[in-house]
Amino acid sequence: MSKDKLRLGFNGRFEEKEVEIASGDPAPWDPSQKFSILGARTPRLDARAKATGTARYSIDVRLPGMLYARILRSPHAAAVVRSLDLTAARKMPGVQAVLPIAKSGDALRFAGQEVAAVAADTPERALDALGAIRVEYEMRPFVVEIEKAKAEGAPLVFEGKVETKTSAGDAPGAKKALPRKGNVQGPRASDKGNVEHGFAKADAVVEGTYSTAVQTHSALETHGVVARWEGDELTVWASTQGIFSVRDELSSALNVPLAKVTVLTEFMGGGFGAKFGAGVEGVTAAKLAKEAGAPVKLFLDRKEEHLAVGNRPSSIQWVKAGATKDGKLTALQLIVHGSGGTNGGTGTSGPLKNVYACDNVKTEEFDVFMNSGPSAAFRAPGHPQGAFALEATMDELAGRIGMDPLEFRMKNDPSEVRREEFRIGAEKIGWASRDARRHVPQSPEIRRGVGMGAAIWYNTGGTGPKATVTIHRDGSAEVVHGVQDLGTGARTMVGIIAAEELGLPLEKIAVRIGDTRMPYGPGSGGSTTTPSTAPTIRAAAWQAKNKVAAAAASTLGVAGDAVESSSGGFAVKGRPDRRLSWKEACARLPEEGVSATASRAENHPDAWKRFTAGAQFAEVEVDVETGLVRVKKVVAVHDCGLVVNALTAESQVHGGVIQGISYALYENRILDRATGRMVNPNVEQYKIAGSMDVPEIDVTFLPVWDGVNNTHSVGIGEPATVATAAAVANAVSHAIGARIRSLPITPESVLAALDAKPRTAANAAGSREGGRA
Amino acid sequence: MADDSRSGFTRRDLVRGALVGAVAATAGAKTPVETDRAMGPGAIPMTLHINGETHRLTAEPRVVLADALRDRLGLTGTKVVCGRGACGACTVLVDGDPACSCLLLAAEVQGKKITTIEALASDGRMHPIQAAFVAADALQCGFCTSGMVMSCKALLDHNAKPTRDEIRHAVSGNLCRCGTYPHVFEAVERAAGIRTAEANTEPSDFSAAILPPMSRQVSSDQRVDAGVAEALDLEEA
Repeated sequence: MSKDKLRLGFNGRFEEKEVEIASGDPAPWDPSQKFSILGARTPRLDARAKATGTARYSIDVRLPGMLYARILRSPHAAAVVRSLDLTAARKMPGVQAVLPIAKSGDALRFAGQEVAAVAADTPERALDALGAIRVEYEMRPFVVEIEKAKAEGAPLVFEGKVETKTSAGDAPGAKKALPRKGNVQGPRASDKGNVEHGFAKADAVVEGTYSTAVQTHSALETHGVVARWEGDELTVWASTQGIFSVRDELSSALNVPLAKVTVLTEFMGGGFGAKFGAGVEGVTAAKLAKEAGAPVKLFLDRKEEHLAVGNRPSSIQWVKAGATKDGKLTALQLIVHGSGGTNGGTGTSGPLKNVYACDNVKTEEFDVFMNSGPSAAFRAPGHPQGAFALEATMDELAGRIGMDPLEFRMKNDPSEVRREEFRIGAEKIGWASRDARRHVPQSPEIRRGVGMGAAIWYNTGGTGPKATVTIHRDGSAEVVHGVQDLGTGARTMVGIIAAEELGLPLEKIAVRIGDTRMPYGPGSGGSTTTPSTAPTIRAAAWQAKNKVAAAAASTLGVAGDAVESSSGGFAVKGRPDRRLSWKEACARLPEEGVSATASRAENHPDAWKRFTAGAQFAEVEVDVETGLVRVKKVVAVHDCGLVVNALTAESQVHGGVIQGISYALYENRILDRATGRMVNPNVEQYKIAGSMDVPEIDVTFLPVWDGVNNTHSVGIGEPATVATAAAVANAVSHAIGARIRSLPITPESVLAALDAKPRTAANAAGSREGGRA
Repeated sequence: MADDSRSGFTRRDLVRGALVGAVAATAGAKTPVETDRAMGPGAIPMTLHINGETHRLTAEPRVVLADALRDRLGLTGTKVVCGRGACGACTVLVDGDPACSCLLLAAEVQGKKITTIEALASDGRMHPIQAAFVAADALQCGFCTSGMVMSCKALLDHNAKPTRDEIRHAVSGNLCRCGTYPHVFEAVERAAGIRTAEANTEPSDFSAAILPPMSRQVSSDQRVDAGVAEALDLEEA
């Protein structure tokens, strides 16, 4: 342990802080540090493999004798299994294993729940065999609408205790023991100050009810694994965000020692929060492989992916807020009901509790169970929903007290980082002229609008990860770390950190990830991968480099502390002529090179702490004749600590923004009231933003030296999508002069909002929106 | 999934129902295929011309090209995402035109020239569009990338200098869940020589005042491996 004086802060404003540095960990970089590669635009290490089709995803794994498995799923929203007959299926051509998943008497709680599985020599024969499984279902009353599920006397999703088959990474809060009445569980509550007093002090109070639809993760590579037994050892290629959490789940579900389970993820086709566990499909594949005595591939198809392996819960949020006429928030209150189907975790209170300063805040969050597939964590759980309701409320409140919405936010935002981001974003989007731009002279049916929203995130990574860096005699280096790359660029991030610390070009670094036999890597969730992994890699590289320095010192005939790094090599302090280049120093290493394994140090509690802040602005065009909304531009200004790779970080913000636009305008899982089945389990009726829907996206990173870890790194995956839907919705309201309180905003809801607008004398005789200036 | 509800058809349902029709349609095509008799239901021998090579395989007539490529021939660069022609992940070129390989019966494309992602790079050298995808980071998880690259290649084959709108249209059938489109547009413009590599070396809108004190911005092309650089030079020449 040593105390270091660090200069921390952002935007040229640094304060000196004394921070305790753990032994074995390098001190965080100083703002004066000259970087060779950190923060540059570096193409990802595996881009070539992806662009040429040689990248091997888990779904691409083919093994000799491998069988193909499929799962039979319940077609009923609620049923009890009365009998399950697998005899005929076992006799089908090519079938090698058949396995029940449900048993007679089991309750099935959503259409798509797993019933049985088969493995056969071809995918087609596996599918045929499913058709030979005989199941008798006793159908039960079901409920797939949240209002009906809440009502007294509604069919109960869980007669007894909540029995959702949980997998790692299920929606946060889902497992807490909470009171339950009927299908309604909760509340998870928080209460600060006294909202009643706060509302009494307010000069203006607004309230509104906001709703959001269910969004499915829709990662392009579906959930699944390839499972292979060799004796009593299991190897699984999984499409996962957490190779170690999959290993742990398989070990406990199959009663196999952790030491005998290996999980591999070389390449991964997206996760977005839903892929932390082995899941029913992973465990089932391993069981089928055991029974058949052959490797088994079990990957879901697109429909199964929509139905059974996760979604962002719906929400119905009642928000009430008060402010004084000089623009200070006096009270914020939220009551939210949401449905994650057979799972909980529907809270949306994060933004309301944490973005704006307010002395009186009360929140109550309820899970409503219904007969639909279980939720799972989804990119910033609860936050896009919560930000949508909060930011609409902020706009309405600003309007009520006659204050510019930007100024109103500036007055209430305690984050100096975000206030700076607001300033930058407002400038870039042309906030000051937004009212003047609303009407488009040459297109009278078009209204333009500009809206904004705040993003917040919390995680700064933490202990657990380990990494080994080996420096070879030819000066090249190898980094081994059991993290996985979901497409975020984690593999490249690992290489960049090592290259930066060692002063090597990236080409001299080999990065090995995605294998549970490697030193422990974090699960990729909560935007914690980079802030957990980067400092670990840097510490291991730093320690390995110190070993090279020690060897150099001995060659130079001086004590270990008498050498210093000097232009890519080592020199005796004060004697720059007595030096060894990096290559010379490495050439004298033992045959095995030198290695160091480092663990992630604790976050520095005395660093420059803040919640990760972001600000987004959107400009939209609304056709008031058709109701069609087009997003023209999004400005995204984000705190990403010190950006490791500006190119891939930009890609991730593009992705967060585009997913946010998709959430704001398109995505909607639709359940059929009559059958309880999803009617759009595909990618053409479940609409996801595509190339025609993408606006100009302007990305800015505000570098922050926080000193929390030795690289000042922060994750960007989640913050990038928190504010987008809120900003788009506010822009639509600004454009049409009417508030739409539900997502997705569809042409129908735009026209309905225009129709519901109070008519003024000016527009009574005119067009739908009327009042053209 | 197996589903007795028929609430949504799958590729395989379609294939089952359309087999006879598809066979009949193939019979009318210009390529002679012995399809005047019903094929199957068991496995049949097939000959496919893929990436300049002749592949013989035995598969049921209901097997679609995407599955033949991936499961039978080990050409797993082609991906399957929706299985019903709605996402473009399985895009290959059939006689030079982009097509969804999940909608084509393998038996139906015998005699046609199939080009998959695996054939674009040659002698270890990437096609310019692939090199541009690498340099512009036009991929995140990469699962849509094969299809995206094939669509972009087909575009550039027919239109050397596409406009931004033409690029958007060309990939409008390719779904990317990571939201990589802006960099895809940029990659096509780079490969077409509309946008030079230099135009992209500055981090996006880091203003000088808030730029971290970095000694230098590493040009993305400096970081691209030799094959990429070569390919880029090639197309710029």
